[in-house]
Amino acid sequence: MSTFNNVTGLLPKGARNDGAGSTAGGGPGGAASQPGRRPPRPNNLVTSPGLRRAAGRLLTAVGVVWAAATFTFLIQALLPGDRATLLLNQLAGQVQQRTAAELAPINAKYGFDDPLIVQYFRFLADLATGNLGVSYQLHKPVTEVIGDQVGPTIGLTFASLLVAWLISAVVIVGTARRSRAVSSVASGLEAVAAGLPQYWLGVILLVVFALNLGWFPVVGGSGLAGLVLPALTLGIPLAGFLGQVTRTEFEKGMDQPFALSARMRGMGDTGVRLRHVLRHSVLPGVTLSGWALGSLFSGAVIAESIFSRPGLGKVLVTAVNSRDLPVVCGIVILIAAIYVLANLLVDIAYTLIDPRLKNS
Amino acid sequence: MSTSTLNPSANVPAAAWQRLREVPLLPAVAAAVVLFFVLAALTPHLLTSRDPFAIDLPNALQAPSLAHPFGTDQSGRDLYTRVVYGTRESLLIGLGATGLSMAIAVVLGVVSGLGGKIFDGLINRSLEVLFAFPVLLLAMLFVTVYGPSVTTQIVAVGLGTAPGYARMIRGQVLAVKNSGYVEAAHALGHSRWTVLRQHVFPNAMRPLVAVVTLGIGQSIVWASGLAFLGLGVAPPSPEWGALLDAGRMFITRAWWLEVMPGLAIVAIALAATVLGHHLQKKLEGARS
Amino acid sequence: MTATLEQTATAGTVRQELLNVRNLDVSFSAGRGRNARLNHVVKGVDLRLAAGECLAIVGESGSGKSVTARTLVGLPGANAAVQAERLELAGHQIGTLGERQWRQLRGRDIGFVLQDALVSLDPLRPVGKEIEEALRLHGWGNRRSRAAKAVELLASVGVPQPELRAGQRPDELSGGLRQRALIASAIALDPRILIADEPTTALDVTVQAQILELLGRMKERGTGIVLISHDLSVVATLADHVAVMQGGSIVEQGPARHVLYHPQHEYTQALLDAIPSEHTKGTPLTKDGRARITATSRRPRTARPADAPPVLRAEGLVKSYQGHDGAVRTVVDDVSFELRAGETLGIVGESGSGKSTTAKIALAMLEPDAGRVLLDGAAWTGISTAARRSRRRSVTVVYQDPLSSFDPRWNAERILLDAISRRDFPGEAERAARVLELAGQVGLQVEHLAKHPLQLSGGQRQRLAIARALAPEPEVIVLDEAVSALDVSVQAQVLDLLTDLQQELGLSYLFISHDLGVIHHMSDRVLVMKDGRAVEQGSAEDVFNRPRHPYTRELLASLPKLGLAPGQRTPAAAATPTIGGSSS
Repeated sequence: MSTFNNVTGLLPKGARNDGAGSTAGGGPGGAASQPGRRPPRPNNLVTSPGLRRAAGRLLTAVGVVWAAATFTFLIQALLPGDRATLLLNQLAGQVQQRTAAELAPINAKYGFDDPLIVQYFRFLADLATGNLGVSYQLHKPVTEVIGDQVGPTIGLTFASLLVAWLISAVVIVGTARRSRAVSSVASGLEAVAAGLPQYWLGVILLVVFALNLGWFPVVGGSGLAGLVLPALTLGIPLAGFLGQVTRTEFEKGMDQPFALSARMRGMGDTGVRLRHVLRHSVLPGVTLSGWALGSLFSGAVIAESIFSRPGLGKVLVTAVNSRDLPVVCGIVILIAAIYVLANLLVDIAYTLIDPRLKNS
Repeated sequence: MSTSTLNPSANVPAAAWQRLREVPLLPAVAAAVVLFFVLAALTPHLLTSRDPFAIDLPNALQAPSLAHPFGTDQSGRDLYTRVVYGTRESLLIGLGATGLSMAIAVVLGVVSGLGGKIFDGLINRSLEVLFAFPVLLLAMLFVTVYGPSVTTQIVAVGLGTAPGYARMIRGQVLAVKNSGYVEAAHALGHSRWTVLRQHVFPNAMRPLVAVVTLGIGQSIVWASGLAFLGLGVAPPSPEWGALLDAGRMFITRAWWLEVMPGLAIVAIALAATVLGHHLQKKLEGARS
Repeated sequence: MTATLEQTATAGTVRQELLNVRNLDVSFSAGRGRNARLNHVVKGVDLRLAAGECLAIVGESGSGKSVTARTLVGLPGANAAVQAERLELAGHQIGTLGERQWRQLRGRDIGFVLQDALVSLDPLRPVGKEIEEALRLHGWGNRRSRAAKAVELLASVGVPQPELRAGQRPDELSGGLRQRALIASAIALDPRILIADEPTTALDVTVQAQILELLGRMKERGTGIVLISHDLSVVATLADHVAVMQGGSIVEQGPARHVLYHPQHEYTQALLDAIPSEHTKGTPLTKDGRARITATSRRPRTARPADAPPVLRAEGLVKSYQGHDGAVRTVVDDVSFELRAGETLGIVGESGSGKSTTAKIALAMLEPDAGRVLLDGAAWTGISTAARRSRRRSVTVVYQDPLSSFDPRWNAERILLDAISRRDFPGEAERAARVLELAGQVGLQVEHLAKHPLQLSGGQRQRLAIARALAPEPEVIVLDEAVSALDVSVQAQVLDLLTDLQQELGLSYLFISHDLGVIHHMSDRVLVMKDGRAVEQGSAEDVFNRPRHPYTRELLASLPKLGLAPGQRTPAAAATPTIGGSSS
């Protein structure tokens, strides 16, 4: 049992198959059951562990989005300097003190004069109806600003994740636990890739493959050809990162007795790698992917900037530079929501990969 | 330990050479890289004879050559010199951000790991929320509010990277707290404080050396990423991120303006990674 | 390819020879460059096995028995070099096989069963799929017929409700069922040879008996079995031939009854003597121990006065945990016991019986939900931590895994210094002297003190743990599976050491173990636990010889026995003094 704790250490407590005496204390690890120990309680809808867990996850998800939204609200409300002044200056494109008479209509329009708590509830109510406020700079609803540009960014994000997984899986299956030279070169490359700054990698790719070799368009390019370099820019560092965690697990898996058992049944080395060990090694990578999706989404800013791609990146940089808070906060809330959604998917993927977690 | 038992006196230089040979190559190279940058930060004039701000328009946008190993920028300034002179600020940003991030992380991680259910739950939930903000995004949000500056850059990157470290330290504290040797120490009748002081803190904080080393490299990468987007130190400065930002306009004409400063960042980040992993391995080796 | 393999098979006689190994050498290259060296782990091994027989390879860890077994299926491990004069298995010359030919052989002609099916079967897949995989790899049947065959195989190894079980994962099955499933996957294609590497080591004794019986039935059906084990008594129930390995070589080989009952080689004798059991009670297990007794004519182990005052007294202990599903599991249920001064109370039970939780409560590391523990007549549980702290030094503990109980930053000396009271030994010199004294008491050398636990051997680590437990001059030492992870000869040394220390220092032991032999050997009185309850309690004599509770009887019946006392072996070490009966 102890040999496997290394793998299960990452997982919720109930999933570990501890001896009876050692499952002391029920930490706040969520709802879990222990199959086969005691007759389970009547399996009605309220106490069904699966449903209870799903409900708990959903609640956590909503909680994270709410907390993220509150955070952005507080930042907007407690921003140093007067918001109405900022807004007016934004409109006029100049920086100056404004008179009370100038500010009054703005304050009235946006409700900046109301008590904070009133503003907060209005903000939440708006959020619930999908209203993220109005851009200071573009005078358009934030949802519209985001909606116009979000498509290419989503495409880029998923393409990058796919690229990262493909690269790391191929490299791992091909090189982990091979000869010393092969695996140490491969893991060295992973460390290098994981440490590469995206902007630098992007520039190199651009200079080499677009400018010098001319294989890919230098600017924009909304087609598949235009997607390749940006996706590699974001995908290669992530592949290095995924590779590092996956390699550790993969090597652990190769040392597990079940891998030896499979060999002793007549399975070849490649078969063991693909059919048994790979599945055991992807769990930490899958966990990372949930987090990585949010990170890629914001990293898209850099790739879009280098390759002059349309997308949220440009909107975000412009908004940050011009202190267009509603847009920045809108994007922040959007990414928080994506993060939460991604992690719900990760949970589902988890139980598909490791069915031991289904009951826990 | 070596073969020199027969004639120890004759083998002193040989033994020294042997010891030197046992130093792994990669960490040695990494240490040399770090040393170079530390030198550049402290005494840049020793590494270059030029002036980082001397404008020389006739020689603008020269490709790398013997005279200008990193090429020149749009004002004809020597890029190598600018990179050398930019080291100090870049390293300070990296160190500052890592320091801030670690300080926050240690406090949160230790309080969470030792503070019992309520604190742990509270901090853990907050970290969960902070994880929803990618580092870059949190930093950008921060820049939006306070405007771009060195301080903003340090604080933004420090805050952005803190949750990850906090969670790691919490895990470390919990692992040590639940370890067999802490139980054994309690069984011997040592007080709670003695156990914390003798076992929990030193063992939980031990991996931090490696983590901090890794972290400095990553902080420089994040900070220069912000600068690349025009959200960091303003361009006339030779800070590496600022160099990247300035070079972005000329990318189709003068690739070296992006690639060379980036090379410095990559070099220090990789050196930090190699050293960090090396330390990690050494610490783990002593453990299991 | 298959055809050529078939052709090389020799025609079977009545008792077809399945295995013929002569002068097998296996070595591993380790290190690189200047540090490169060759580890010679198997040296000149000869083995033979006929159909329907069982050959047992016995040895302690590092003896080379597992490498030998794995070499027989062509998987000795990375960087291994194999040499042999003769290497025949099931009619194939396996010395020259390529990887493709090996793969045809494995699973079809040779089955291999590893220890602990929880990790030896893929934990993420239903056991049925693993069995089907064995069939699929050798092109047996189609998807549907394979599924049916898997169910059939599970039924044949004695798994009830095989259709249901085939769809379950190893973690959903009990230890015995999943070990059966593992065996089913290894014998799916009815191989002529089954190699079983410690097949029962992770199992409780009652389950172990069932698995041994299953292997016995396969032997009767004509399968040749190679059984790898560290446990001579397990081997005794199954083996026809026994080969004893030490340091890579076979030191003794022959028919089981010869090797086990008339051992010729010194090592075999020592190994057999080292097994604690009913017959060894009151006698040292090692030669050194016996020599020590005759040399110093130490006072033999005396029967304890029955009226000695109890040092530790547990009354009606109850401990439950709430599972994650809200269900409450009672881990310790109304357990009471008394530990008298200078005696050993053995607590025996299978995994999950609650014995370790009971130990934790006795150590006051865990508060019971109900009941209480008294130390020297005063409350020991249910009091404040501060009130307990001054008395902590009266009860110390030795764990199963000493390594994790030592701070990795400390060397042995620092570990001992930490355990020495600063009040009793105020001066630095006094403490240094005390460290040396403790090391001497447990048989550690001075050079060991500078080492970190990681650099010590398993036996040395456990000695260090014992020294640490002695340091506060306790009345009671709780030994929680303290010898379970050790090789039998090292275990014997540690058990002898514990017996000596008890006599010397008048210690009381709360001795927790799953091993009935060890408990019988060590204990004055015994408490048998099952599912959190104390099912039987009494003197070791009564519990082992006149068990009242059916569970105790079942446990004792499952215990594989060599069946003979060391004294009955010939030519055993004739000088073995039996001291148990000659007291006073």
